[in-house]
This record gives sequence, C-alpha cells and structure tokens, in this order.
Amino acid sequence: MSLQMSSSQTIGPYLHIGTDWLNITEVAGADAVGERIGIEGRVYDGNGAPVTDALVELWQADADGNYASAEPPAASGFRGFGRTPTDSTGHFRFGTIMPGRVPGPGGTLQAPHIAVTVFARGLLKHVVTRIYFPDAPGNGEDPLLNAVPAERRGTLIAQALAGKGRYQFDIVFQESPGGRPETVFLDV
Amino acid sequence: MADQAQYRRPLHGTQPEYLYPPYRSTVKRSPSQPLIILPQTLTEVTGPVFGHDDVKAGDNDLTHQHAGEPIGERIVVSGRVLDENGKPVRHSLVEIWQANAAGRYPHKNDHHDAPIDPNFTGGGRAMTDEHGRYQFLTIKPGAYPWGNHFNAWRPAHIHFSLFGNAFAQRLVTQMYFPGDPLLPFDPMYTSIPDERARDRLVSTFDWENTTPDHALGYRFDIVLRGRDATPMEK
Repeated sequence: MSLQMSSSQTIGPYLHIGTDWLNITEVAGADAVGERIGIEGRVYDGNGAPVTDALVELWQADADGNYASAEPPAASGFRGFGRTPTDSTGHFRFGTIMPGRVPGPGGTLQAPHIAVTVFARGLLKHVVTRIYFPDAPGNGEDPLLNAVPAERRGTLIAQALAGKGRYQFDIVFQESPGGRPETVFLDV
Repeated sequence: MADQAQYRRPLHGTQPEYLYPPYRSTVKRSPSQPLIILPQTLTEVTGPVFGHDDVKAGDNDLTHQHAGEPIGERIVVSGRVLDENGKPVRHSLVEIWQANAAGRYPHKNDHHDAPIDPNFTGGGRAMTDEHGRYQFLTIKPGAYPWGNHFNAWRPAHIHFSLFGNAFAQRLVTQMYFPGDPLLPFDPMYTSIPDERARDRLVSTFDWENTTPDHALGYRFDIVLRGRDATPMEK
C-alpha cells in the first residue's frame, strides 16, 4: 500500500490549550546520570523581533548515547524529551544532561547533539535544527556539521555562558538586515 | 552498525512551502535559506515514547472537563493513524485543541467578541491503540475571525499534534469539516498546493460512529511518513 503523508498546518497562536499539559523543562530527572547542563535562548523572526508564541521541543540521547525508544534502552528514568512554549520575551530554557555520542552513517559516531523541533504561528510546517556544543569531542568529524557551509555552521553550536554547564542557543527563523544570522534548518 | 532505513520525503505539492504570502505571518517567519538535507540517523528514526502514565482514561473526552455540559453540537471524532506504507502507527500520542462552539478560545491572546464557555476548555489527548485508532468526544468548533486580511474567517477546525513513533514522523496539522464554505478563502488550507492533499484534511461524516440521541460522528484518518524497507545506500 502507498499512502501520502497528511499535510502539515500551522500550530497557530493557541497551542497552549493543547500542549501545556506536557511541558517538560527539566528533561533529566533527579536520578539521571551525566553532566548537568542548562540551555537557554530566544526565538527571533525576520524583523529581529522575539517570537512569543513558539513551541520548542527537544529530543536527545542519554549520557551513554542511548535513546529511550531504541535498543539498548536509555538509562533508567531518562526519556530524553523536552517541551516548552516561549515566554512573553521569546525566551525558553531547559535543564538536561549532556548527551553522549550516537551512531552516525557508515559506522561513525556523531558529535553530541540535541534534535530541536520548533512550531509557531506563521510556520506552515515545523522547522528542525540541532544543538551542538562548543569544543565537544567529534565536532570536527560530525557528518552534519561538515555538510553545512563553514560560514553558517556556527548557528548550530551553542555558546558557552558564564557558569558551569550553561549554554545559549538562539533560533532565528529568518535573517534580518544587519541582524542575527538565520539558523541552519534541516530537511530530515 | 547498519545505516538507518529512511523515512520518505513527501511527494511534491502535498506539503505547504514555508513562505506563502497570502498567510501574512509566513513572510517574516519562513526560513530564507534552503534547508540542509540530513540523511536520517538514529536520532531521527527514534522518538519519545508516551504511555498511560501520560494519558489517562477520559483525557479524550472534552465534554466532561468541568462541572457542567458545554454548549454546542456534540461530536465523536475518530480515525486511524497510519504510515505511508499503510501500517498502523501504534501506541502513539495524539493531542488536539480547538475553539468552543461560538468560535472562541479561552486564551489571553484571543480577543474575539464571542462568549467563553465555562464548561469547555478545548484541549484533549489520546493514545492510538494496536490498530492505530484514536477517538475523541468533543463539541463542534465554531468559525472565528482573524486579522490576516479584511473580513478573514478561519473555517471550523480542530488542531492535531502527532508524535508517531519517530522524530521524523512528527506532525502538526488541522482537521476541517465537510462542506465548509470558508475553506476556499482560507490561506492555511490553500497553502497546500495539491488539491487532493488539501481534501485529505477535511473530515467525513461518519454514520457508523454517530451515537443515537447523543453525538454526530466525523472520521479523520491521518498518514505519517513511512519508511523504506532497506537502509539507505552509501
């Protein structure tokens, strides 16, 4: 049988009514093993204005590089899913653990990364990107980072903030004149 | 380890483009650079798992969330979640949200001059069963005006959010109602170039799930991306 995927439509401005019940900003429970990190950022539109009605979701492996739904399963208690709407200033924040390296194409290992999905009014389909970490093992040989033109690669790498394990990752839907560079989005 | 069997990319024209100027908010929110094509890895072919710790019995009934009965026409919305290979997408999370019968959301950003129904919030969720089936009991939503253009009205719709079984299957869409005269004027609906793809977002009247003396049935099947049988070639 061959069916065609249903068409995407925007999440619209009233997403809170359907999605708030599953907001998870602390991705790692108290018993999760690994290096604790915090990731915060803002979502911006092509005017450089914060997007205050976006929904940001994360999907990541545990510290050993295992996903909760794959074999071998992730360490106990770690689901690897996060979700939060942006606030009235376009800001979001997650607490989690540094993901381990997961298999990539051709028997390679990917650099540590977190998959990100963003929905918003004005996005007829969601955008997908990835958070990588500065100076992480494997960044230099990661197949995705290497597929992205060098001048745009930086938008996929979180910036270290003052304080242990704190990172900033902004998401820019569209470059604005003289403004922040547009985030690299992925066709997965 | 072997590379991953890939989820297929959608047929041309069956998905909206990011930029569709008749829907004004896309103009400054659509990416201007081409997307980078990423062969799916373990990251994209896995996805969060949800279960009955998350979704409780009754979470699919939007008509009994408050002390009284909501105003409006009770409807049963049900269908199957399948992948493009026709296989049921089992044990996956489906979330919905919608306006009340008067076309009003109980949301701080909704200023439409229509009554809020104290007995209707408009959010629900369900897990698909082993056949990919889901069901909701709710109220038929009303149309409502919005600021996109002069005299713009959204056709009645229910928002659907689906996780499938993999990150690559994630989908947010909207279900419409058959015969709605607003559909051809709605830039969200018309953003889908392929007419048949557009039509698949319109539910059908469902006699079999219409319950006597209680509620009309509407059927809405949803198709998520399907996976090739074999891993991608290097």
